[in-house]
Amino acid sequence: MSELMPVILALTILISGVAGAAVLTWFERRLLGVWQDRYGPNRLGPLGIGQVVADMIKLLFKDDWIPPFSDRVVFIFAPTAIVVAMMMGFAVVPFAPGMMIIDVNIGLLFFLGMTSLAVYSVLLGGLASNNKYALLGGLRSAAQMVSYEVFMGLSLMGVVMMTGSFSLVDIVEAQTEVWFCFTQILGLIVFVIAGIAESHRLPFDLPEAEHELTAGFHTEYGGMKFAMFMLGEYLGLMLISCMIVTLFFGGWHGPMFIGDWLPPFFWFSFKTFIVICFFVLLRAAIPRPRYDQLMSLGWKVMLPITLVNILITGAALLWIEGVA
Amino acid sequence: MLSELRTMWEVLKHTFTKAETVEYPEQMPYLAPRYRGRIVLTRDPDGEERCVACNLCAAACPVDCIALQKDTREDGTWYPEFFRINFSRCIMCGMCEEACPTYAIQLTPDFEMCEYDRQNMVYEKENLLINGVGKYPDYNFYRVSGMKTASKDKGEALNEARPIDTKSLLP
Repeated sequence: MSELMPVILALTILISGVAGAAVLTWFERRLLGVWQDRYGPNRLGPLGIGQVVADMIKLLFKDDWIPPFSDRVVFIFAPTAIVVAMMMGFAVVPFAPGMMIIDVNIGLLFFLGMTSLAVYSVLLGGLASNNKYALLGGLRSAAQMVSYEVFMGLSLMGVVMMTGSFSLVDIVEAQTEVWFCFTQILGLIVFVIAGIAESHRLPFDLPEAEHELTAGFHTEYGGMKFAMFMLGEYLGLMLISCMIVTLFFGGWHGPMFIGDWLPPFFWFSFKTFIVICFFVLLRAAIPRPRYDQLMSLGWKVMLPITLVNILITGAALLWIEGVA
Repeated sequence: MLSELRTMWEVLKHTFTKAETVEYPEQMPYLAPRYRGRIVLTRDPDGEERCVACNLCAAACPVDCIALQKDTREDGTWYPEFFRINFSRCIMCGMCEEACPTYAIQLTPDFEMCEYDRQNMVYEKENLLINGVGKYPDYNFYRVSGMKTASKDKGEALNEARPIDTKSLLP
């Protein structure tokens, strides 16, 4: 039975990931509606949840067009890559004690590697489309990846230093007393911003910036291929939210003043839900920055903050060691 | 940075405000009495057509959606032989209503006039005419105008002076 457990869990994550991403499209639109004083999709089914099914049917029946001027193989490969990479990222997420597909001792690095792979999808999609808007979107995505990848990894080094391990289970266990969102506040801020940039969510969705680049890297995509990009984006959103909860908000632990009397999985999913709502709030509130602003924010603000964070964390750890 | 945080707080406060949306087919929006919607041709208090086919509305129309042809009745009054408005072109600007010297053409607070067939958007005179006076209940053009008709001569209209005898020196 224990050998079958990861397989069952993987299938569950696959199905619930796709379904969750589909529901998330509806949920995000409703939530944006709440914050923009309107309703959002509310006609089909209770609270408009039938909109998800309607969108699915529409996307499935669309003409699956491949532009004759495109690079055919890469064009088809690109949307698949993002979904596969994001799904792979879920393999190391610890949902609850024992409830994870695989507990590798380099879980954190595996997660970072998978999110980096997802950027290739955007890049290749932009390149293969052979369209100037798509190419510009791909270029932006490449620059964004190069700059934000750097301190996305570095911002987690504080957490790794305090835990002494790359294993996500160890990181969660280390937060039994105090969550890292208090001790690693700078790391949290940088990781959240880099996470948004990494998953191409608003306000950092410059690769698709619809008012400048029509639809950026997926200008030429339609039907299910476009849906795969969207699926990848929402999976990325969920994955980043899961990681923020795991790394900074105590994973499956309940808040310290309430304790652990509710099931761990409840706490994990509840906190993930809150983080997703926060991401939607960012989308509703913050306008998209100009491209050079994005770059200078990355290199001139975020990178120094990260380095200072590493310095302070290291110094504090050494000091505590010296005192003890 | 502070302004971004403040923006997020201001947006978050909207969680507790009501949606502004008017859910149209179930909930009709309020239309002002002078809302510019579907165009009608009104009648005078006696029940006759007000339109005198002067063509001013067709001239004023910026999208040229009005077409009409003048004809004369036996009593000397004018009327449109046909009067046609192509509502697939009409932009509901109300210029025709402003141009009309007889208050015949008027805009009404009704906008629900969709059709599946474009040709059905072309309204003929019998579609446009209504059995009412519209916004000006007492106005009758041939009662106040100096035009000679079978029922009245020059100078017999309401508030109209007798015609001046240009051959006489007396006032």
